[in-house]
Amino acid sequence: MLEIKNLVVQIEDNRILNGLDLTVGDGEVAAIMGPNGSGKSTLSYVIAGKVDYEVLEGEILLNGENILEMGPDERAAAGVFLAFQYPLEIPGVGTMTFLKACLNAQRKARGEGELSTPDFIRKVNAAAETLEINRDMLKRALNVGFSGGEKKRMEILQMALLQPQFCVLDETDSGLDIDALRIVSEGVNALRAEGRSFLVITHYQRLLNHIVPDTVHVMSQGRIVKSGGKELALELEASGYAEYRASEAA
Amino acid sequence: MADVTNLRTAAEAGLSKLFEVARMQFPTGVSIAREEAFRYFEAVGLPSRRVEAFKYTDLRAALKEAAAPAESPAAEVVRAAVQDAKGFAGIEAVRLTFVNGHLDLGASDLDRVPGQVTITPLNDALANGDPLLDRLAPVAQTRENPIYQLNAAFMADGALIRVAAGAKVETPIHLRFIGTGSAAFSTATRVLAVVEEGAEVTILESHEGPDGIAYQPNDALDVVVADRARFHHTRLNTEGQAAVALSTISARLGAESHIETVNLVVGAVLSRHQIYLHFAGENATATVNGATMLGHGQLADSTLLADHAAVGGVSRELFKTVIDGDSTGVFQGKIIVEQIAQKTDGKMKSDCLLLSDDGQMMNKPELEIFADDVACGHGATCGALDDDLLFYLMARGLPKPQAESLLVQAFLGEAVEAVSHEGARAALISEVEAWLARRG
Repeated sequence: MLEIKNLVVQIEDNRILNGLDLTVGDGEVAAIMGPNGSGKSTLSYVIAGKVDYEVLEGEILLNGENILEMGPDERAAAGVFLAFQYPLEIPGVGTMTFLKACLNAQRKARGEGELSTPDFIRKVNAAAETLEINRDMLKRALNVGFSGGEKKRMEILQMALLQPQFCVLDETDSGLDIDALRIVSEGVNALRAEGRSFLVITHYQRLLNHIVPDTVHVMSQGRIVKSGGKELALELEASGYAEYRASEAA
Repeated sequence: MADVTNLRTAAEAGLSKLFEVARMQFPTGVSIAREEAFRYFEAVGLPSRRVEAFKYTDLRAALKEAAAPAESPAAEVVRAAVQDAKGFAGIEAVRLTFVNGHLDLGASDLDRVPGQVTITPLNDALANGDPLLDRLAPVAQTRENPIYQLNAAFMADGALIRVAAGAKVETPIHLRFIGTGSAAFSTATRVLAVVEEGAEVTILESHEGPDGIAYQPNDALDVVVADRARFHHTRLNTEGQAAVALSTISARLGAESHIETVNLVVGAVLSRHQIYLHFAGENATATVNGATMLGHGQLADSTLLADHAAVGGVSRELFKTVIDGDSTGVFQGKIIVEQIAQKTDGKMKSDCLLLSDDGQMMNKPELEIFADDVACGHGATCGALDDDLLFYLMARGLPKPQAESLLVQAFLGEAVEAVSHEGARAALISEVEAWLARRG
């Protein structure tokens, strides 16, 4: 599904990713854990195509195709989805207007016809119900006046509507209370399927109790320094990141 | 320092010559006011940037020549022009059609004016000494405005609209101004709307004309909103690309009356829209919005004066300007709170979105407050589209132009939302979409 080879990235002369290698298989849920400043969010932005980052070396292959030359919109149409750590508020843009525009833009890019309004509304309502998003939220401007939890649920709603192939969840658990964490996790789990992979970025093992990963990778100083199964997350929770920081310093 | 005496420009000399000819042809009503207006204009001349109120819109430099007043066009010219007219075309309305500044009765709906409304062509009113003429020029400050006084001197056609006390007029009255022709011309129209006590009316106003012709419209709308009356006004400037378009709305507001006036600008190489409000009665409220989209060397000036002269007036002004290419936006807003006007609540804001590196926006807010118990504020912002918002939209699959358009629409939408007539609001949104589509 996704293959990252020797990725070297800098922003304003600061090197953030130093030859990162990572492979996420078809249908796999991979978790990335690591201390603050290890480059986790940078990795998520680079996958989604944010322009501020300069890719010096390496490639990111989605189903064998290098996506680094694509704009963020082309990557989205190809199936990449980033659930933002801090979803943005867009005053003046209605949530439904936004959702419909995104869905139809992606369909158009893939050469599919536009969705009819009744079909669209049915899809949104079904997804909203699962995520306990009330109709009133859908009538407001995108994310404006939403709580932290509501914003994260709106991200998962978009993921459910857009049906991407490769989903990056950037610290989706941050700012969530226990109930919101459960709702969001259930939303993600419902989307787990053959042909859809996830990269779950988090500081804490807590999220991984709800979204159980197939693989866990530890990131430090812009590289993957250890990989393992889901038990690795439990080890990290017990021992902390000190070992990886120390090994970098050595 | 010695007074500077400007030499008369070719345009000023031209206007004097044109007035000498035109004054012989006007109906006799208000002829003294015409003379006074022109003498005022002759004394001050075309305002240059040395005049504070025209600091950013130098009419003396912009108007090289005075175009002759347009003749009344032939019937087939009117027919063709009306057929092509687009402004508010889809909206059910009572239309008053002005072609090159002349009211065309055949293309107007004077035969189906609602029962409690009377509409009188200006020239009939002037010939017959209509008593409503006394209500012209309802705001005193306009007498010191050269644009308005030029209109007063040259006004060649127009209409007087009276809405009877208590009438709630459902169907909007559409003032449709269409320019046509292949050589430069000027127009001067004056429409007076008197909305009597407790009445309510919606006036739509559209302006359009040929591209490539440097025509010079100067249109004035005088409004008297009586006690507890409500006046809704939506204006659409889609003038031709070379037009120099001057316009003024001046309104006198009675007690507990309400005015809503929203102006959308996409047309003309140079436009200046002036808004004069006089809060004469207590607790009057006003919503004054502007949405302006500029490109290709355009300049658009919105100049506002809100004079609170009674207790408890509320004014809300929101101007949104989108600047592309090397265009220039100007907003000048002045709120005056007279000593008597306690409890005035005035808020004025001008926001500008810069889509290019070459454009510029001039904001000049002014507050003159002589009362001590008021809440008045103003603000101005200027900025580019937010890169993070653009990335967020693009990461959801929107191509960059579409993501930009969505953000521009959202930016302008706040000003357009105030339009209470649903059809007019939709028409303005369509203009925004069309502008964005042309921009590509």
